[in-house]
This record gives sequence, C-alpha cells and structure tokens, in this order.
Amino acid sequence: MALNYILFAFFAVMAIGSSILMVTRRNIIHSAVFLIGALLATAGIFLQLQAEFLFVVQIILYVGGIMVLFVFVIMLVNLDVSMRLVQFNRQKWVAGVLALVLGAQVLFALWVGRGELRLPAPAVDVSPRNTEAIGQALFQHYMLPFEIASILLLVAMIGAVVMAKRRV
Amino acid sequence: MGAPTTMIAPDYYLLLSLALFTIGVIGVLTRRNVIIVLMSIELILNAVNINLMAFSRMWGSVDGQVFAIFVITDAAAEAAVGLGIILAFFRNRETVLADEMDMLKW
Amino acid sequence: MNVQLPFFLDRIWLIPMFPLITAAAMFFFGRRLKNNVVSMLCAGSVFLSFVFAVGAFFQLLGLPVGERVASKILFDWIPAIPYHTLGGRLANFVAPWGFQLDPLSSVMILIVTGVGFLIHVYATGYMAHEGGYYRFFGYLNLFMFSMLMLVLANNLLVLFVGWEGVGTCSYLLIGFYFHKKSASDAGKKAFIVNRIGDAGFLLGIFMTSALLGTVTFNDIGPALAAGHFAWGDPRITAIALLFFVGATGKSAQIPLYIWLPDAMEGPTPVSALIHAATMVTAGVYMVTRTSAIYQLAPTAMAVVATIGAATALFAASMGVVQNDIKKVLAYSTVSQLGYMFLACGVGAFTAGIFHLMTHAFFKGLLFLAAGSVIHAMSGEQDMQKMGALSKKIPVTYWTMLIATLAIAGIFSFAGFMSKDLILGKAYEHDALLWAIGYFTAGMTAFYMFRLIFLTFHGQSRVDHEVEHHIHESPKSMLIPLVILAALSIIGGWVSWPEILGGNSRFVHFLEPVIAMPHEARVETATGASSRLGEIQLMILSEGLVVLGIAFAWYLYIKRTDLPKKIATSLGGFYRTVYNKYYVDQIYDAMFVNRAKDLGLALGAFDRNVIDGAGVNGAGWLTRAVARLSMWWDTWIVDGSVRLGARIVWLFSYPVRMIQDGLVQSYMLLVVIGLIGFLAYYWHIVHQAVR
Repeated sequence: MALNYILFAFFAVMAIGSSILMVTRRNIIHSAVFLIGALLATAGIFLQLQAEFLFVVQIILYVGGIMVLFVFVIMLVNLDVSMRLVQFNRQKWVAGVLALVLGAQVLFALWVGRGELRLPAPAVDVSPRNTEAIGQALFQHYMLPFEIASILLLVAMIGAVVMAKRRV
Repeated sequence: MGAPTTMIAPDYYLLLSLALFTIGVIGVLTRRNVIIVLMSIELILNAVNINLMAFSRMWGSVDGQVFAIFVITDAAAEAAVGLGIILAFFRNRETVLADEMDMLKW
Repeated sequence: MNVQLPFFLDRIWLIPMFPLITAAAMFFFGRRLKNNVVSMLCAGSVFLSFVFAVGAFFQLLGLPVGERVASKILFDWIPAIPYHTLGGRLANFVAPWGFQLDPLSSVMILIVTGVGFLIHVYATGYMAHEGGYYRFFGYLNLFMFSMLMLVLANNLLVLFVGWEGVGTCSYLLIGFYFHKKSASDAGKKAFIVNRIGDAGFLLGIFMTSALLGTVTFNDIGPALAAGHFAWGDPRITAIALLFFVGATGKSAQIPLYIWLPDAMEGPTPVSALIHAATMVTAGVYMVTRTSAIYQLAPTAMAVVATIGAATALFAASMGVVQNDIKKVLAYSTVSQLGYMFLACGVGAFTAGIFHLMTHAFFKGLLFLAAGSVIHAMSGEQDMQKMGALSKKIPVTYWTMLIATLAIAGIFSFAGFMSKDLILGKAYEHDALLWAIGYFTAGMTAFYMFRLIFLTFHGQSRVDHEVEHHIHESPKSMLIPLVILAALSIIGGWVSWPEILGGNSRFVHFLEPVIAMPHEARVETATGASSRLGEIQLMILSEGLVVLGIAFAWYLYIKRTDLPKKIATSLGGFYRTVYNKYYVDQIYDAMFVNRAKDLGLALGAFDRNVIDGAGVNGAGWLTRAVARLSMWWDTWIVDGSVRLGARIVWLFSYPVRMIQDGLVQSYMLLVVIGLIGFLAYYWHIVHQAVR
C-alpha cells in the first residue's frame, strides 16, 4: 500500500513540477523538455494505475511522436528573437486569477464530494490482460470510432502536409 | 503475477488532473509564444487522460482507456496540423507571438 | 359743304404735307442720296408749299370779307367723348385733324413758307460742306411741317401737336452738332425750358375744355358769349395766364427766355428760321388766335404787356455788351418778341402780327447775313476780331445794313411801320409802357449799329490767316439775302399808316379774325391820343433812333477807345450785364440744381432703399432663410440620422472591444463562460441535492 502512495506522490510531484516549469520557461526548448518530463510522469501514473498499454502508447506516441514534432518545429522558427521578448501577455493577471477561480470551483466540488468515490466491491482485475482487453473493446464495441479516428489521422496528415509545405 | 493492488482513493488522481489542467489553462491564456500555447494544450489533454484512467481503474472497465487512446490520437492529429499552421504563419509574418496574430478582427 | 371750295383752298392740307413727305424720305433713305438731290427735294417741297400758300391766299382774298374762312378736316383724330363742363353743361370732347385758313393763318403760312423757302435755299449753300446734310434738311422739313400744322390748326389740340413738333425740331437742330457738348447742352436746355412753358399751356387747354366745353377756335367766341362771363372773370384770367406761360416758353420772354441765346449753337440757317422768323413767333400767334379769351381778361393782358415791355428792355440791355455777332442778334430777337407781346397786351393784336411779319424779314436777313459774315471769316464769330469788311463782302454788307436800318426803325423801312404802330397803341394805353418801348427802341438802334460798325467799319482787327480767306458767299446764299433785303424795304408798305395817307390794309385784313375788345375796356382806355398825336410820336421815336445811331458811330468809329474806358469805369455793373445778370446761374441754383438734387435723392432712394432693402434685402432675407434651413438640415435632420448612427456605434463599442483578433482573449472568454456555467451548474445541483 505504501508503495502505491509513494509512487503516486513521486510521479504526481514530477508531473506538476514539470508542468509548472514548462509553462514558465523563456527558452522554448526548455519548455519542450519539461513537457516531455511531464508526459513521462503521466506515463508513470498510467503504469501505476495498471494500464500498461497506455503507458507504452503514451511514451511512444506522445513523447516519441508528438514531442519530436514539436521540437522539429521549434527548430524551424526563430528562437533567438522570441527569447528576448516579453513572454507573458497583457491579460496574465486576469487570466491567472480566472484560471485559479476555475480551479477553485472544481476543487470546491471535489471537496464537497470527498470520500464519495468508492471502489465497487468486486474489483475486477483488469491489468493482467490489459492490452487484450483494450484490443477487444476497440475492435468490437468501438469499431466505428476507430475507423473515424483513422480517417481523422489521414485528414490531419494531408492537412499538415498542405499547411507546411513550401510554395514552389 | 501478483494480486491486483488496491487503488488509492481516486480523489488524488482527480486532484492531480485538476492541477495539471489548471496549469495548462494558465499556460494557454498567458503565454505569448504559440508553440508554448500548443504545448499547454497537450498538457490539458494529458490531464484529461489521467482523469479518464483513474475512473477506468475505479470502475474496472476498459472503456476509459479506449477513450484515452482516442484522445491521444486526436492530440497527435491536432498537434500536427497546428504546428503546420504555425509554420505557415511564421513563413508569412516572421512571428510566433499570439499578440501579433490579430488579423481576423473587425 | 355743298359748294366746292376753290382749288387751293380745298387743298390747304397739302401745305404741311409736302415737307412732311420729304422729311420722311430723308428719314428712310436720305443717307443714300447725293447732296444736290437732297437740296432739290427738300427746298422743292417747301417751294411747292409756298406756291400753294400763295394760291390759297389769293383765293381767300377772292372771298367776301366776312366769309374769309376755309376749313378742311382730314379725319377724326379724337372722336367725340361727352362730358360735363364746370358749368354743368353737356359738351363733347372732340378734336378733328382740322385745317383752317383765315386771314391770320394765311399771313402766317406765307411768312413760314416764303421765308422758309429762302432759308432752305441759303442752307444749301451754307451747309454744303457739313456732314449730315440729309439729316439737316430732314429735320428742317419736319420743322416746316410742324410749324405749318401749328398755324393751320383749327383747334387747340392740333395746334399743340405742332407746338410740340417745333419744340422737338428745335432741340434736334440746335443740337445738330451733337458731338459738341455745348451744342447738345443747348438743345437740352431749349427743350426743357420749353417744356415748362408747355405745362402751363396744357393746363390752359384743360381749363378751356372744362370751362367752355370746346377747344375749337371758332367755337371759343360763341362759348364765351354763351357762358356770360364777366369782364375780368378770374377763371378766364387764369386760362389766359396759363396760355401766356406757354408763350413765354416758346417765344423766349421773361422768365423762360434763357434758352434762346444758347440756341445760337445751332447752324446759322436754324437760328434764322426757327429762332427769328418762325418758331419763336408761335407764342405771339397763339395769343392772337385766342384773343377772345384775352379780351375778357384785362389783368392777363396787363401781365402780357408788362412782361413784353420788360423783356424788350432787359434783353436789349444785354445785347449792348455782347461780342458774339449771333448772340447780339439772339438778344435782339428776344427784345423784338417783347415788342410783339407788348402789342398784344395793349390790345393791338394786329400790330403784333405785323411786327411779327416784318421781324421775320429783317431778323431772318440779319441772321443769314451774319452767317455769310461768319462764312467769310472762316468761322470767326467774335466781333472784336472783325472790322473793315464792308469793301470785302459788299453784298453781305449792304443787305445787312438794310436789315439794320429796318430793325432800328428808320422811316419807311419795314421795321418802322410795325414798331411805330405798336408804340402808338402802347401810348394810347399806358404811358409808362410806351416809355419803356421808346427807350428800348433807342437802345435797339444803338446796339444794332454797334454791330454794323464793329463788323464792317473801322480798323481791321481780323486775324492774319483769316484775312487771306475772306470771300463773298456763293450765290445760293446771296440771293436769299437780296430778296429778304427787298422785303425789309417794302414789307412795311402793306400797312402804311392812315395818318400818312395810307390805308392800313394789313391791319384791316386781319381785323375780322381778332376778337373785339370788351366795351368796358374801350371806355377805360386813356384818351391819350389827345396829348401827343401820332405824328409827334413818330418824330420822337425817329429822333431817338438817330441819336442812338450817332452814339454808336461816336463810340465805335470816332473814339474807339471810349467803350473800353466806359466798361472799366462802370466796373461791376458792366460785368453784371455782360454776364447776363447772372440769370442762368440764379436759375441753376434755384431750380436746376434742386431738380438734380431730387434726381440724386431719388437715385439714392432707388439704390439704397429699393435696391438695398427691396432687392438686396430680399436677397439677404433669402440667404438668411437659406442659412437657417441649412442649419436645420445640418443639425436637426442630419443630426437625428447621426444620432441613430452614434447610438449604434455606442452599442457596438463593447462588442468591438471584445473582438480583438487575439485567440487568447477569446480563450479567456471561454474560461469565463466555463466559470459561469460551473457556478450555475453547481447551484442547480446544490438545489437538487438539498
């Protein structure tokens, strides 16, 4: 039991810490690296929740795919100029306050309902054949969303190519 | 193979998710550099994923995880297109600052 | 009329028509005609009128004495308009275009056409080298027409037509050299002064019509009788005086004589014809024609006689000191006209007409001869620059001398007969008037011989260049001079005074036309003939005349230095007379400038009030209204439109603020919305839970 908490605490702190750092860095590359850190921490949370497939997917896809993409694009835009400029916009105070208000609202809801969430009695064991279970669910119940997602990816791919290619 | 471990109270996962979400929102609203804004959006999506995973574990169903797979798929597509847009815009206007991208106004 | 009138008497209406036709011809195509054609036409038409006048005269003589009247009516000019006279009688206002030949008008047409023809012939020579030849003769013929209409008229209105006509022609001819300012000014002066007289004349005609119910001459006598007007009736006196006002204007008496000396600006034939022989005598003719009215108004006749005598003296005094040869003759004309009115005023109308006739001869001759002198002197008119011309231009000299003898009143010349008759009648009436006329006769002799001596005798004071060109005038100018000279000699013989064995034929000839004096008048006439007989009067006047001539000889032949000395010693008095007693200046200050001031005032009124308030004011008002309208349009009408627009703009302001194109601010709004939604949702849930 204690290991659960410790692991959770560790990954949670890493996630929050990385994300705060990410949002506040001047250098975009640093922000990207910190995001990678946050994503890795999240992956750890996933594992801690015994979702092995998503743990792997998170690392391969998110970190290995998306973040690499981000870093590529960061390289293509002019970093040096933007690093010297003001980093936060005019509405930072209002925005910050409002975001905290939002957070506070949800926090309030959480606080009111603390302890209400209980695990149902028979804890169905999901973890041993997690990947199989996901595969089954994906190709049986969620076939349509799966196909739509693939079309979505196709469209996104075309769109990205069209957007980013040089006009010759 | 070990016995399934007991879950921590989901509340903690929700809190974590809320914290990441809030930080992400702050990042979206506050930073001038659009790349960081995009990264903050990824962060928000991530927070949602944590939420989904927590409830999937609580209920013992795999639906939440499937949903999370789709979220990740969606995030990838969106990141790709968004970065393409940023690139195109940067080529035209030489800027990645959100403050300077205000052409679509009255 | 059943009886067909004899040839000429039936055609008296042609007498004015001939010159009218040629005047019209000159008007329409005179410019294209050569000078000699113009001369033939114009002088010829006057000659034709003369022939008809002579014929008519003799045929008139053929009629018995009491019936010497021939009338001819061409057309109804003013048709009969019934109205009520002042006395309440019903009368007709009618004026036919009627001609009447009787002894008086026959004498007049003979003078007008005869002397007129001679002057036309003279003018062909005098004006030969002047521009506007056809225009001159056109005007001259138009004048002949007007004058003949005047004397042949059978009613006051047609007479007035001729009256105005001669005034107009006088203006046209005086201002013939219209490019000379002095000439055009003189023409204007003549016409304007005439107009003043005409106003009085018109009032007289109106009163005649209102009082007597007729304007026809032959009907005035019966109307007066029928109206039972008392001798000296003030209404009749008023009419007579009003007519006389017209006569003072036309015949240049005090106070309206001022135009005649200025009229000398016109060409000399004009001066001769219009201002000596014919037009100026129209006043005398008119007074004589209406003698019936005058005989009933002794006050008016006294006024006429007094003014006539005063004018005669006054003008003669000015004639004594003039240096321009034509000006001397002009004042002499005014003076002689005064004699004619003196005659009418004392009741001797026939004597006045007689003097009119002889005056036409010798004054016409004097002017023509003066023109001949001026022609010889290359345009010089100042007598101070003449002298010793008698040998150089003999015909001119001798004819002028004859005329001067006539005007001075030397026995048996024409002037003597008529002037003596006048003085005689004046003496019977009032000794003072006679004295004035007597003294004036002496002055006349004096200044006329002064003219002769200065012009033709003594030392030559002629300019060197002019002297070379002195020559006698052409035959066309000399022959009329000779004819008129002959008439000046024998012209008086038509009325040789009975006392000297004659039969006064002229006087008797005219008598039927003149109204008889009122019985009361005859009784109050001073029987002065008992004091000084006619013969004595004649001798007295001759004596004074000879004295005058001798005095002139003394001053201008013998002691030529004296005139200057007398002038300087008399100093101010001399200057006053030389400047014509400053009458023109007085009139200017009293009337002319007042009239001009009125004109200026009215002009200022027109400019400032009517144009200013009225026109400009209306314009200003319109502009002001337009400005007001514009203000309304700009601020109220447009304002309400703009108000609507501004309200929309006002409401759009917050919306504009929101849409700034920044994605992050839109995100902020999303977050705000989310917060709101959550709060609401929580509220709902909370309520549901509770």
